[in-house]
Amino acid sequence: MAAAAQRQTGWWLLILPAFLLMTAFYVAPILQVLAISFTEPQPGLQNYERLFTSESVQRVIGTTLRICLITTALALLLGYALAYRIALAEERVRRWWILAVLVPLWISVLVRAFAWVTLLRRQGLVNQALLETGVIAEPLQLVWNEFGIVVGMVHYMVPYAVLPMLASMREIDPRLLAAARGLGASRFTVFARVFLPLSAPGLIAAGVLVFIFSLGFYITPAILGGGKTLMVAEWIGLQILDLIRWGLGTMMATVLVVAILTTLAIFSRAVDLRRLFGSGA
Amino acid sequence: MSATGHALALHGLTKRYGSFTAVDDVSLRIERGQFLTLLGPSGSGKTTILMCIAGFVAPTAGAVLLDGRDITALPPEKRDFGMVFQGYALFPHMTVAENVAFPLRVRRMGAAERQEKVRAALDLVQLDRFADRLPRQLSGGQQQRVALARALVFDPALLLLDEPLSALDKKLRAELQEELKALHRRVGRTFVNVTHDQEEALSLSDRVAILNHGKLVQEGAPAALYEKPRTRFVADFLGKSNFLHGTVREAHPGGFAVMAGGTRVIQAIAPDAPRPAAGTPALLSLRPEKIALLGEAETAENAVDGRILSWSYLGAGFAINVATQDLGALRVTLPSWGAPFAPAEGMPVRLGWSATASVPVAEDAD
Repeated sequence: MAAAAQRQTGWWLLILPAFLLMTAFYVAPILQVLAISFTEPQPGLQNYERLFTSESVQRVIGTTLRICLITTALALLLGYALAYRIALAEERVRRWWILAVLVPLWISVLVRAFAWVTLLRRQGLVNQALLETGVIAEPLQLVWNEFGIVVGMVHYMVPYAVLPMLASMREIDPRLLAAARGLGASRFTVFARVFLPLSAPGLIAAGVLVFIFSLGFYITPAILGGGKTLMVAEWIGLQILDLIRWGLGTMMATVLVVAILTTLAIFSRAVDLRRLFGSGA
Repeated sequence: MSATGHALALHGLTKRYGSFTAVDDVSLRIERGQFLTLLGPSGSGKTTILMCIAGFVAPTAGAVLLDGRDITALPPEKRDFGMVFQGYALFPHMTVAENVAFPLRVRRMGAAERQEKVRAALDLVQLDRFADRLPRQLSGGQQQRVALARALVFDPALLLLDEPLSALDKKLRAELQEELKALHRRVGRTFVNVTHDQEEALSLSDRVAILNHGKLVQEGAPAALYEKPRTRFVADFLGKSNFLHGTVREAHPGGFAVMAGGTRVIQAIAPDAPRPAAGTPALLSLRPEKIALLGEAETAENAVDGRILSWSYLGAGFAINVATQDLGALRVTLPSWGAPFAPAEGMPVRLGWSATASVPVAEDAD
């Protein structure tokens, strides 16, 4: 036992340099910045009081949660359909599907946000097409509001939803689906009673990943929200960079970090978090 | 449960994948309550035939009939066939009881009746104590029995078994073979089994259909196939066999003589069987256990001298390879209990067999 414990310690020593580096250059500065929320403008908890008293703080948090939940739901729905299609495709076809899912990941988030602006603005492609076909008489307000933000975020998030779900779907033995049909289940029943429950771990993992990722979105909401709809990250930027209210900004940053860690802690009980980071089973 | 099995017929069943023919014009009848095994090496099309019966594979041509009704176009869930998959395909997220209840649940059976049937099915395979376990908490043999219970619980018209014992170790396999056979007798249903294990096929089945390259080579009761193989492939695949090549010298009613090398071999045939013409090539299959070692004074209808090339002790018997001048190497098996001598390499021996011991077989078409 003692020898085994010693060997364990040996392995931990190997990551010690990386651990020290992370602590010195990453964790320590972050903690230092977050600590400002307790010291600026005066020491105390008055920044955190704003969570309960300030309507604008509450509005930002409400907007962020709403947008993130809608984004997560839509990304999971689209991602699940995509992952299902890919998981059941033939090997050759599957590679093309996966490539098609991954390509957007390699395009800058800025480019994609501006592309959505050109598509969705008043004189954009979508509005013009709808006007010309006579579906609408007036251009729709598709961008610089929550709708535009959700469109951009869902587009960004779908690949992150697909990958964990695909990993979990590919672990499902196709013989189980055949067996279920052979035992008398219709295609829908096979999906509802066998495929869906077996892919649930991937679904939950994807949900956690997308939701956490969405909470800190900055560029996409900033561009597609047009400054009118504020999410937490942009609001923090505004406090610190424009209004020089470090205390309030870092307070919100602390809330964000705590929210993310809490979500992770809750779901780590339900799913194997290693799944999120690509290590299956 | 009474004999409520159904009769199944395949008519000219053919399945092509592009230019590859997996199943080539196979016609078969499986009678009510029979245990039929599709036996063949891998790639012989046996699993494809089973999948056509189950409805997972649509045949390119031909028909599947259940009690005379064409079910070729019916989807698998409408066929009401129980199936035990290779590797069992138990649902890992359901308990044993939930697995067994699955076919009843999708048939919308009431909860009370469902529980009753699940209990009866688990009793049948002696797993009633494991109802609340998950499949991964069971041993391979137990999982196999759950798969059987799940496939039988809804009183299927037919039970299909896809290599049901292949994942088990040898001892367990023999045990479950017995159980499967007893189960078949108890439930009286029609079973269709697929395997590449010839011993399993012989011991389990009422009838065996031997397949090679997608074609049905021979079909019949296990003993008939073993004793009277029609082709070299059947004789070789089902058990072990020596093959004697020669030329027909003369033929009489009830038998003919073959010159193989310099040795004259007498072969008996049924009196009404067609006699081969003199001068045509002949191929005889001779089972190793039908060859005797002759003592000094003993004689036999056929005899040949040779030397022991190698031998191995198998517990119940000896397997001996004997080199002969005219007939090449012959494989002989002898019971070790009461063997007249201990075999040794290089020992000269005289082999003998009767005219009825060997069987004339045809060379295979391909």
